[in-house]
Amino acid sequence: MTAEAKPPKISIRGVKKAFGPKVVLDGIDLDVDEGESVVVVGGSGTGKSVLIKCILGILDADSGSIKIDGTEACGASRQTRAELIRKMGMLFQGGALFDSLPVWENVAFGLIEAKGMNRKAARPIALENLHKVGLADRVADLYPAELSGGMQKRVSLARAIATGPEIIFFDEPTTGLDPIMADVINRLIVERVKELGATTLTITHDMGSVRKIADRVAMLHDGKIIWQGPVADIDTTDNPYVQQFVFGQEEGPIRIGGAR
Amino acid sequence: MRLLQPVGAAFLAFLGAVGRLAMFAGQGVSHAFRPPFYGRLIGKQMVEIGYYSLPVVGMTTLFSGMVLALQSYTGFARFSAEGAVATVVVLSMTRELAPVLAGLMVAGRIGASIAAEIGTMRVTEQIDALTTLSTHPMKYLIAPRLIAGTTMLPVLVLIGDIIGVFGGYLVGVYKLDFNSTIYLERTIEYLETVDVVSGLVKAAVFGFIVALMGCYHGYNSKGGAQGVGRATTNAVVSASILILISNYFITELFFSK
Ligand SMILES: Nc1ncnc2c1ncn2[C@@H]1O[C@H](COP(=O)(O)OP(=O)(O)O)[C@@H](O)[C@H]1O
Ligand SMILES: [Mg+2]
Repeated sequence: MTAEAKPPKISIRGVKKAFGPKVVLDGIDLDVDEGESVVVVGGSGTGKSVLIKCILGILDADSGSIKIDGTEACGASRQTRAELIRKMGMLFQGGALFDSLPVWENVAFGLIEAKGMNRKAARPIALENLHKVGLADRVADLYPAELSGGMQKRVSLARAIATGPEIIFFDEPTTGLDPIMADVINRLIVERVKELGATTLTITHDMGSVRKIADRVAMLHDGKIIWQGPVADIDTTDNPYVQQFVFGQEEGPIRIGGAR
Repeated sequence: MRLLQPVGAAFLAFLGAVGRLAMFAGQGVSHAFRPPFYGRLIGKQMVEIGYYSLPVVGMTTLFSGMVLALQSYTGFARFSAEGAVATVVVLSMTRELAPVLAGLMVAGRIGASIAAEIGTMRVTEQIDALTTLSTHPMKYLIAPRLIAGTTMLPVLVLIGDIIGVFGGYLVGVYKLDFNSTIYLERTIEYLETVDVVSGLVKAAVFGFIVALMGCYHGYNSKGGAQGVGRATTNAVVSASILILISNYFITELFFSK
């Protein structure tokens, strides 16, 4: 590496993770450059969420290397981990809003806990973040259970970006939403990410999301990244796995549901 | 040999479980003593565990005190020792019944709700979300509940002591025709500080056990709604058993000479 070359924002090498006898990740190699938006696609249960959780440090990879801005995260000290996680934001698959807290406190959580802001100062910033995802002030004092699925996703998005993270992970941001709401969420993600200049890693099954969000696409299958390339290439590649996924065909090399 | 193999495996699994629980408890306690402290959350848990358990503990101890007076009166009458009723009531309540009954009641009420709440947070990824927002789940979720459990159960038991003795007094004076002044004198006469203190120490230990088992089983639950249900049951059952076991050892610590 030359002195002026910047390391990738996220650099993953040979990451393995198994649960008991079940190997989920079997040597993942993936780079995400600064400001880039990479989308990982793959069938259900192939370990896409596990991969993100390993990068975040919620799960410990069994072996391999995960570097954030050149800093090794695998096996890092608690303090290094804490510093790394401050750079990251995450939108969870199911939203994972704190149901014991009103909406605004959910959004303000990172500001209060990670940035040490007091509650009075954090509230207006939380409201501003809610406006940016298209939610009005009156939503702020409701509880997550009182919101529709689409509104919950918006709140989760607002919470993930409230602290202005450098790296944001989106785990199936449009799953379970109607196509119109899915499109709204995709647009909000693109807008917010551009405004923050953040680097993102997104998981999705939704080809609409892929085309809207991605700079580059990687396909996860059988614990490995079997294909990656610019988003424009997904329609022209002759990789049968990608073809099958893009066109949503049952016939092909990928067997769903453990069938062999 | 082959017969012993499953026994050995079960024993190892048991040791593993004890080790994990001890690690969890150690972490929770160490977070309870290190800043930052979540005063707001601790207060909320104290109200939840202390204040809202008052009716249950009050009813249980009231009727236990009443039945104790009745039972000991009819029993002691056989050897003309009716005079000991007041003493029996106050010693049984403070040393045994108030702490154990309150502990078991709170295990059902609080142990279950802690396990269900934390278990739901686990399976809906809310605990992972805490981590991504730079908040240690042990400090934010577990420590406040351990603190509240350990401090509020002694308060509940002290109130339970008083209500239980009052229950005995009601039956003694209005049903068994004891003289009110004499009954109260008898209540105080043989009561020693250690009787009350040992009960309060038990209460603190039981409160810790209830909160710990709720937190531990909730925190480690997996597999959706079914897993949360299992965690809830395990929390209540294991807390109840541990309360009864530790009750014996604390009693021995205080009273075996
Ligand atoms: N904490 C865990 N313990 C055991 N197995 C897990 C755990 N998390 C995920 N798995 C397993 O790993 C596999 C991949 O899960 P996941 O990453 O959630 O899939 P997806 O690609 O749909 O996001 C699944 O088979 C799941 O059962
Ligand atoms: Mg997933």
